Amino acid sequence: MTATRLRVEWTPGSDVLTGVCHCGAVRHAEDPVEIWALLLDHPEHAKDSP
Amino acid sequence: MPFPRNQWYVAAYGEEVGDGLLARTICGEPILFYRTAAGRVAALSDRCVHRRYPLSEGSRDGDTVVCGYHGFTYAPDGRCVAVPGQARIPRTARIPVYPVVEQDTLVWVWIGDANAADPAAVPRAPWLASPDWTTVRGMEPLAARYELLVDNLMDLSHETYLHGGYIGTPEVAQTPITTEVDEKAGVVYVSRRMTDAECPPFYARSTGIEGRIDRWQDIEYHPPCLYLLHSRIAPTGVAPGPDGDDSRACHAEIVYAITPETETSTHDFWMVSRDFARDDEEVSAFLAESNRTVVLQDVRALDLLERVIATEPEGYQELSINIDTGGLAARRLLKRMIETP
Repeated sequence: MTATRLRVEWTPGSDVLTGVCHCGAVRHAEDPVEIWALLLDHPEHAKDSP
Repeated sequence: MPFPRNQWYVAAYGEEVGDGLLARTICGEPILFYRTAAGRVAALSDRCVHRRYPLSEGSRDGDTVVCGYHGFTYAPDGRCVAVPGQARIPRTARIPVYPVVEQDTLVWVWIGDANAADPAAVPRAPWLASPDWTTVRGMEPLAARYELLVDNLMDLSHETYLHGGYIGTPEVAQTPITTEVDEKAGVVYVSRRMTDAECPPFYARSTGIEGRIDRWQDIEYHPPCLYLLHSRIAPTGVAPGPDGDDSRACHAEIVYAITPETETSTHDFWMVSRDFARDDEEVSAFLAESNRTVVLQDVRALDLLERVIATEPEGYQELSINIDTGGLAARRLLKRMIETP
């Protein structure tokens, strides 16, 4: 994934969306509006990365 | 939401622009297109500076256009070169012209500040002009805002319901989906790769592949106008070789150009290119008819939706679910383009 790409993975049947930021932060949400908001929160979301 | 300005839009197929005068409204702007003797596409405002009569109702005189009302005559660069009954041509007798790029058999027009037009920014679809591919295509008028077509194309799970029996199969709605946004390039990618899937009639009849298939659908949306669906169809288990050779698979490039006509109507250009059965006219006729049928199913649904939106109160709160992940990404990029033209 290049430095400016944000990725969301989803398997139909699952309620969970997995978002991966270009910085490597991984987040989960059950709503597409929420998952994009979490990814776009870069670099803030990196502070609480596991 | 209005449309992004300072953007390139597909205005026509190359073959539509010739000696005649083609009138087409793009993003609310009435534009006249014709091809000069040198083969270049001219794009001028379709309004005479005198009394606003549409120049497309006039006639050609060489490379100039003569207004059909009083005879004002314009050169391809928008300059008025003759006015009726007098020698003096008023200094302000000039009509706007639009930057044009003709590329990959498409005529692109720039809507916005002409000084900002960068021909290198026009996205590519090179197979449309390649002898290694065969293309069928058409254009349907859509009485709905372009955003509804973007929504429609970014979520292919609707194929199962709206297009069952043509391109939809149960696997379309059951396969993992990856959505990516390239923030810098401003491109949305939605990828769905089905293995051991039922072959829909659209491909069973055109490819001749019998039995179950691996079917890849890789969307690449270059907002606002160009939508590419890279489609790969192969007998199940047939993968590209380690050297990238994928000649045992069939490939189709499905292209849509989503061009706003007005705030509530859209030019829905559709194209299907293939690298299989290239000389088979029956396959061409079948794919053209099938895809047009699919497009008209969408047109009917989106026209209906536009009428619903027109009658609803302001501030209706939509519900988005997981299938809308790609559509929401596209909406965000469009919004960004509108806010920072």
